[in-house]
Amino acid sequence: MSSTAGLFGTYGGRYVPETLVPALDELEAGWRDAQNDPAFHEELDALGRTFAGRPTPLTRAERFEPNKRLYLKREDLLHTGAHKLNNALGQAVLARRLGKRRIVAETGAGQHGVATATVCARFGFECVVYMGEEDIRRQRPNVERMHLLGAEVQPVELGTRTLKEATSEAIRDWITNVETTHYLIGSCVGPAPYPELVRELQAVIGREARAQFLEAEGRLPEVVIACVGGGSNAIGIFSAFVADPDVRLVGVEAAGAASLGTGRAAVLHGARSSVLADGDGQVTDAHSISAGLDYPGVGPEHAWLRDSGRADYVGATDEEALAAFRELTRLEGIIPALEPSHALARVRELDEEQVLLCLSGRGDKDLAEVLAH
Amino acid sequence: MKKLVIYLMSGHATPELAAAAVEGGADLVELGFPFSDPLADGPVIRRAAERALADGMRTRACLECLARTRELAPDTPLVPMTYAALLEAYGWDRFAAAAGGAGATSLIVADLPAGERPELRRVQLVAPTSTDERLRLAAEQTDGWLYLVTLTGTTGARNDLSPALAGLVERARAVTPVPLYAGFGISTPAHAHAAAQLADGVVVGSRAVEVAEGGPDALRAYVASLRQAIDAT
Repeated sequence: MSSTAGLFGTYGGRYVPETLVPALDELEAGWRDAQNDPAFHEELDALGRTFAGRPTPLTRAERFEPNKRLYLKREDLLHTGAHKLNNALGQAVLARRLGKRRIVAETGAGQHGVATATVCARFGFECVVYMGEEDIRRQRPNVERMHLLGAEVQPVELGTRTLKEATSEAIRDWITNVETTHYLIGSCVGPAPYPELVRELQAVIGREARAQFLEAEGRLPEVVIACVGGGSNAIGIFSAFVADPDVRLVGVEAAGAASLGTGRAAVLHGARSSVLADGDGQVTDAHSISAGLDYPGVGPEHAWLRDSGRADYVGATDEEALAAFRELTRLEGIIPALEPSHALARVRELDEEQVLLCLSGRGDKDLAEVLAH
Repeated sequence: MKKLVIYLMSGHATPELAAAAVEGGADLVELGFPFSDPLADGPVIRRAAERALADGMRTRACLECLARTRELAPDTPLVPMTYAALLEAYGWDRFAAAAGGAGATSLIVADLPAGERPELRRVQLVAPTSTDERLRLAAEQTDGWLYLVTLTGTTGARNDLSPALAGLVERARAVTPVPLYAGFGISTPAHAHAAAQLADGVVVGSRAVEVAEGGPDALRAYVASLRQAIDAT
């Protein structure tokens, strides 16, 4: 591997123990093979259509925002309730090609854990999901779903007991069982080739949304907006518009977990990116009401899109997200997840009129948390 | 003579502990510079790192600990072992220079595999999963000796010496003449004895960190028991 592999500007790379390097090389080679194999794409397309519920619709949100042409890309309608399934299905097909039959994953909100448990049930894989104890408490329904699907949920009692620690534990499991195990990472983070691989598997969101928006409005949106935790739904929808200079890209972070807004260049979970860290490189705690955004890092490509000026990143507070959650529910009959509620919270103040928003997941999992506030 | 390497986490008591380890027969001391998210470490070193960070052992304090250790153990090679995040924050060249200035003889970066930043002089790690090609690359780039990770897993004591070590030693010997020191999962004199029959040196980390909690006398005695077992090979 060259030292420039998997870089986005100066971000990305492979900061991992040697034990994992051959597995990452193998994954990268398998991924290149799959990309060049029409059968891989045909299988994924078929699974998307017949299992996952693709294409997902585009819905105009006229009552939520009457002054704009606001369209929601409805990843909340995908099987298992969030965009996470796109990535989980793709990596499951890839794992089968690599001959790996044991899957480990991390989860924050539980959506990626449920998506992973789902594809493991569908493919007959053994499944272990690491989840912080704090997240197990606030995302109980998803824990029950994972159990029903046959996954083993490993509580992580270390440190912040949230997604950061769950990710570290999943990587440690992978280091230990690397010969038999595929690490099904849930976002566009981690060592190369994961950020690129996850982006490509989520790019289906952007491809569909672009065609659907063109069909609805006869033009491209002026702005594409999505929430950013690790950043996979955002990178998936952005990817179809990055080459269109007139389309502004906006990512919305949780104000208490703004890796791009207030972070600094640092190394976390195998990649150099923008991270909530102190001057010594020690990673600091994130906070968000939304477990899916409660992560001190972000995909390296987002750090690069920020630095290059191609995308703008803003924040939304817990309260703003909760207000947007309630409004979309009452005005549109759509209960959004708390994660995309952060993006909804910033929509009205955009200067642009033609807006495409990625509604990355549904809010069933968040009811207890919302009712408690 | 087979070499004995002892790992200790940086802390206020570490210079005295390192001196005790040297008295017990350690040939080289690794000093952990703690990181908040250490992917290569098992529970013992993770907990030690958490405590060290809570105790204020940030990069500057770790460098001071290194300098003081150098004073108490003037003739022993001292090697900071840390993670890329600390070097990224401090500045890669600046970190290497500061460590050297404080008495470090080399460096180990647990999440910086061979091929990445070849200009940073350091001891490279290889693992049972390393291909022959990567063994060769790591051997070419390593600083003095090659750190053989005996198992696929994180640091920490195991019941038995990893069966993967013999094969790894054999493959490494086929591609390089550099000395091979085996670490990860070695905690008892019996492990150390068995590992020293295969490799040129033995690294003991987690168990040494645990014993060090009992103070310099306990550590000296423990290191002496490892020394004896290794010399009996």
